[in-house]
Amino acid sequence: MKKFVGIVLFLLVVYGFLLVADPGARTLLNHFNLARRIGLYGIISLGAGMLIITGGIDLSIGSVVGFCATLFAMLLRVPFFEQAPILAILIVLLVGAWIGLANGVLVTQVRVQAFVVTLCGLFIYRGAARWLAGDSVKGLGNSCGPLKEALYSSTTLLGIDIWAPRSLLIFLLLAAVAIVFLHFSVYGRYFYAIGSNEKAASYSGIATSRYKILAYVLCSTMAAVYGMLLLMQENSAQPSSTGSFLELYAIAGAVLGGCSLRGGEGSVAGIVIGTSILVLLPNMSNMWGISSELDFTVIGGALLAGAILDEVLRRFGASAR
Amino acid sequence: MSTPILEANGIFKAFPGVQALQDVSLSIHPGEVLAVVGENGAGKSTLMKIFAGVYQTDAGQIRWQGRVVAIKSVQRAQKLGIVLIHQELNLADRLDVAGNIFLGREPTWGGPLGIIRRKIWSESVPILHRIGLEVSPRTIVGDLPIGQQQMVEIARALSLKSNLLIMDEPTSSLTQRETERLYAVIRDLKKDGISILYISHRLKEVETVADRVVVLRDGRNAGELRKDEIRHEAMVRLMVGRELKQFFQRSPRQPGKRVLDVHELAWVGKSGGAINFTLRAGEIVGMAGLVGAGRTELAETIFGVRKRASGQIHVDGERVRIQKPAEAIRAGILLVPEDRRTQGLVLDASVRDNLSLPSLERLNRLRLVSRSRERALAQQQVDSLHVRTPGIGKTVGLLSGGNQQKIVLGKWLARNPRVLILDEPTRGVDVGAKTEIYALMDKLSTDGVAILMISSDLEEILGISDRVLVMHEGRLAGELTRDKLTEENVMRLATGGGLAR
Repeated sequence: MKKFVGIVLFLLVVYGFLLVADPGARTLLNHFNLARRIGLYGIISLGAGMLIITGGIDLSIGSVVGFCATLFAMLLRVPFFEQAPILAILIVLLVGAWIGLANGVLVTQVRVQAFVVTLCGLFIYRGAARWLAGDSVKGLGNSCGPLKEALYSSTTLLGIDIWAPRSLLIFLLLAAVAIVFLHFSVYGRYFYAIGSNEKAASYSGIATSRYKILAYVLCSTMAAVYGMLLLMQENSAQPSSTGSFLELYAIAGAVLGGCSLRGGEGSVAGIVIGTSILVLLPNMSNMWGISSELDFTVIGGALLAGAILDEVLRRFGASAR
Repeated sequence: MSTPILEANGIFKAFPGVQALQDVSLSIHPGEVLAVVGENGAGKSTLMKIFAGVYQTDAGQIRWQGRVVAIKSVQRAQKLGIVLIHQELNLADRLDVAGNIFLGREPTWGGPLGIIRRKIWSESVPILHRIGLEVSPRTIVGDLPIGQQQMVEIARALSLKSNLLIMDEPTSSLTQRETERLYAVIRDLKKDGISILYISHRLKEVETVADRVVVLRDGRNAGELRKDEIRHEAMVRLMVGRELKQFFQRSPRQPGKRVLDVHELAWVGKSGGAINFTLRAGEIVGMAGLVGAGRTELAETIFGVRKRASGQIHVDGERVRIQKPAEAIRAGILLVPEDRRTQGLVLDASVRDNLSLPSLERLNRLRLVSRSRERALAQQQVDSLHVRTPGIGKTVGLLSGGNQQKIVLGKWLARNPRVLILDEPTRGVDVGAKTEIYALMDKLSTDGVAILMISSDLEEILGISDRVLVMHEGRLAGELTRDKLTEENVMRLATGGGLAR
């Protein structure tokens, strides 16, 4: 709980510094852009966060994003799917889910370490995307107008223009579902129990493998969702680079938001806030005149400082008892 | 009398939720073997870890050779000459024997990269010879059997040239021969004026090696015995602090129909023949045997944690297929596992979450947890088991061992067990909670639950069981009904001997 208060305060401080930095930072446009990116990153952080809570890890997220974006772009160029994009969406979601299933089965049944399985996935799906596309950019051109329009115009709700990007709304919707799933449902209880002590969970009669596989499926499916949204925004997918390093953003967002890589710890609200920090922080430092080339360094530094602070506070708390 | 080498006065130590030591005092003289005995959870290991610098005292004074010292770290303790041989093995199992003995103080050519391997190999030889461990110093430790690994641990401690050697359950995985050898080493060390603090559950051993015995009970000094007063019964009386009869509760019981039948059961990797036995409704069957006899493996196989190689399990005369715990639970077979901290509980979660975990399938509407029903269930178990906790929201890891164990039991009571298997149900549990657990088992069995209690605590086996199954090297060595139930008979079967005629 203390940790949560801490990251909320940190977010407010970052946001405060952002607002006073530059008039450009206070514009609606900047807010719109930030919200759009929070929405996008939030989706994969949510998937990664739920997996991390069960004690798992997925390094293949970025490659799955690349693969799914490429696949989606190619499907949408097929006239049949151009008429029925919903089918293309379903196929991509299924492919994402299937990749997660494969990861989960390899981890729980074959018992290969999760780190290794998904590291291999990182290579495999990247290569698969390049092979599938013949290593060329797959663009949408002017096709799929209605779909793009639906996803990237400003949102009108009950006749009022509320100026929120669709990606943020989709993220918040998914987050709401995730709150119910993680914090109120039986499944969520099992996720936390497995992450804290898998053996005790198993001895309590929980089918631990099934729920671990479910976490991998959710994580990869979220990556597929992200891939499709990214394609709609960028209008093209570059199989060799789309989604690169995204797994690290996803994991960083979850960890900043209070998920422990040891498992059993973290919350949806924390992930939302962690992702927001991840997006606001480089924007804030840019507005203060720090070169955007240093973005990674700023994020890495903040993450490290957070981890050190967490450890110090934990020790302090333990000795105060 | 000479100045004590170590003198501790009024030591206090608390952990979250437990007062581990309260006003404990003891002293040990040069060349003396002082045994510290007490039940699990009496505070022996905590006290030893304080002497070895692993833990710090909350209050109290420690004098070393007459001077007041603060033992702030393990390094500081070693500098003073205090070395602890841990109960758990602390070896780097990919290194060789010599590498382990000299770990952290390797002789080098001046730089950290220039370890003189030849030198540590040759210097290890006399140390290994001294403790009678006949292995090459170049053997990889992980390839040694567990007993020899423990001897390596002892060799390492000897090579540290200590004045006070603390041995915490040093014989727990030694063979009889290795144990004898250890006694000889101890006699040698005494001659050199080295003092030994000896912790053991095996009171027979204590009778053999100790010059003096200090008994701890519930974190306090319970008494002291001079050399000529050291007897098994005297130690037990001080440890338990009351007569055994009132300690165990046994209502008159009439075993009912057969509930669990185990036919020709064997697990993967098991040696010795298959296992057959029956449990009846309303009886408590004790299961005795030495560590490693296969009792836990048997329980795990019945519960579906361990892979079954052959055999069948019947509940109420019907065959059930059990390949995972969920299936055992559905059949009404529940296990309270051996290690509550790693197998029984989610330590970071609350009392409520732990109690409801196996019952969530019944505590939900549309897969959403019903918080009110969950709270009611948890509160009911906490009340009926007399769990001492500030509230059901308290983190389980902060409670004492006895209260934690009650929660592991409470998890299952909510599921109305038919067969309850308890693996070392009172290990690390204080005397008060023990009595309550025995009373609870008694009540469950009068309610018709069939109970199988695995225990290494002979008094408990003798005190509470209606009959006893004894395992030896993976098979059932025999069954003892109440009229034949004596400590001697159990030990005979457990060590592979026959019964006295």
